[in-house]
Amino acid sequence: MNIVEKILARGSGKSSVAPDDVVFADVDKVMMHDVSGPGVIKVFDKLKKQGISVDKLWDPTKVWVAEDHFVPSADKMSAENIVKLSNFTKQYGIEKHFKYGMGQYGICHTISHEEAMVMPGDVYVGGDSHTNTTGALGAFACGLGHTDIAYVLLHGNIWFKVPETYYFKLNGKLPDHVMAKDVILKIIGDIGNDGGAYRTMQFGGSGIDEMSVESRLTLCNMTTEAGAKNGIVEPDQKVVDYLSKRGATNFNLVTGDSDAEYSKIFEYESSEMEPMISKPFSPDNTCVVGEAPSVELDKSYIGSCTGAKYEDLEAAAKILKGRKVKIRTEVLPAAISIYQRAMENGLLKIFLDAGVTVGPPTCGACCGAHMGVLAKDEICISTTNRNFPGRMGHIESQTYLSSPMVAAASAVTGKITDPRDLL
Amino acid sequence: MRGNIIKYPRDNIDTDVIIPGQYLKVHDYAELATHAMEGLDPDFHSKVKEGDFILSGKNFGCGSSREHAPIALSHCGVKAILALSFARIFYRNSVDGAFLLPIEIDQDAYDGISEGDEIDIDISKNEIKNITKNQTYKMKPFSEIIGKIIAAGGLFKYKPDQD
Repeated sequence: MNIVEKILARGSGKSSVAPDDVVFADVDKVMMHDVSGPGVIKVFDKLKKQGISVDKLWDPTKVWVAEDHFVPSADKMSAENIVKLSNFTKQYGIEKHFKYGMGQYGICHTISHEEAMVMPGDVYVGGDSHTNTTGALGAFACGLGHTDIAYVLLHGNIWFKVPETYYFKLNGKLPDHVMAKDVILKIIGDIGNDGGAYRTMQFGGSGIDEMSVESRLTLCNMTTEAGAKNGIVEPDQKVVDYLSKRGATNFNLVTGDSDAEYSKIFEYESSEMEPMISKPFSPDNTCVVGEAPSVELDKSYIGSCTGAKYEDLEAAAKILKGRKVKIRTEVLPAAISIYQRAMENGLLKIFLDAGVTVGPPTCGACCGAHMGVLAKDEICISTTNRNFPGRMGHIESQTYLSSPMVAAASAVTGKITDPRDLL
Repeated sequence: MRGNIIKYPRDNIDTDVIIPGQYLKVHDYAELATHAMEGLDPDFHSKVKEGDFILSGKNFGCGSSREHAPIALSHCGVKAILALSFARIFYRNSVDGAFLLPIEIDQDAYDGISEGDEIDIDISKNEIKNITKNQTYKMKPFSEIIGKIIAAGGLFKYKPDQD
């Protein structure tokens, strides 16, 4: 069995599973946030009316909660949702609730690794499509809707069809000007928005061995944009070190068997990789930066679970150091722990000296909700994950997706720019 | 199940256009319905009637996990989506929450069915009849688990132990 089959077999109490088997898997961790949480509360209300008991959760110690989409509260309705969420966690005895304005908080997927909420080998589900992110720690990490999360909260398990696995092998270390974001954009461009649909996208090879855990998180994060059920990397010593730095030492490393089966293998050479963008209005509408259209940008956005981890900010700072931005530029570290490290290591000073606005952790503008949304006809280059019509604001705004390096270089010139032109 | 078709002949209709991100804070189902398809078709609300079906291309509902998407469509009266394929979270949200039926169709049905056609869907026979044009198409049968959850009326009414 491969790693995902082994995790799902263990989770469903079977000795083995194969693609297309339907299993009810026990869940090790479940996450919801200030959008999916109130959605789950609504499902609970419906169940109560149907006479189904919602008095107790299956295990409140396995549940954790993030505040990220509409914080700091965008308006009255968002503020009410935060109150609802707080009442819910209090009522059901959920202790791991990362509240904004009270120390560590941030985008749920960033908290999942920064706070070591998910362990290798876990069956982890979250009420958000980018739950796939945390597969980089060697977990089966999969996004679900409100009804399914409510089901998990009450039953502790959920059904899955065991996915077939596409294996993406990356050979060799990436060049300095190429980031994991470029690799995943390249892959999505090759296989399309539904190229990984219902499947696992697993990453391996010497290029992945060389990559930091944070880079692997970027790869797994955007498997969602290829329609994948989950993304995963087999855990290694880097994952062990990453987690132990965050106080987690008690876990089992699950890896695939030597005769593990994959339905398809894709091979990429790191040396051939180039900085990439996705043009409007689809993540799979990719090209190399060298072939980018010549557009006048209005804004550069360096934020989100995809593109505002510490490593992402460090890469952007390398470009912005000693330079000034030519267009409106926003940097929003994805968690307070990252914000703090960016402050301690001088990154915030580099950003502020360059003229950047540094904001608090939030999903905000990435999903067109608040705090930096785009006006009609505005054009943005962004380290986020989607660029469908209206994704970051007005339906007639445009978003180009890129790596933090490309977004930073483009901030300096006002045009889509290859970081090599500035390094 | 009978209804009329609203056709969007394109692929990748994503959740950002089905219900834009600014409405993710809204959890009142009736209010969500008033914003359905706002990102794609400003005339949707003048067209849609109780019992209608939407017909579209590949990868319908791709993007976010927001259950707001099937909720908003079903509370406008949409009973089924006919599409060449579906994104996975939209598909399971539609079924597990018993909001609407995601029906996978083939290219012949996609090409043959037009805006406004009256359609009869018979899931027991895996058949789609175009009453307006007097044509019949096959739909892709539901997988076993999906069929059972639909028959039960949603995930919470489905009892896996009784299988």
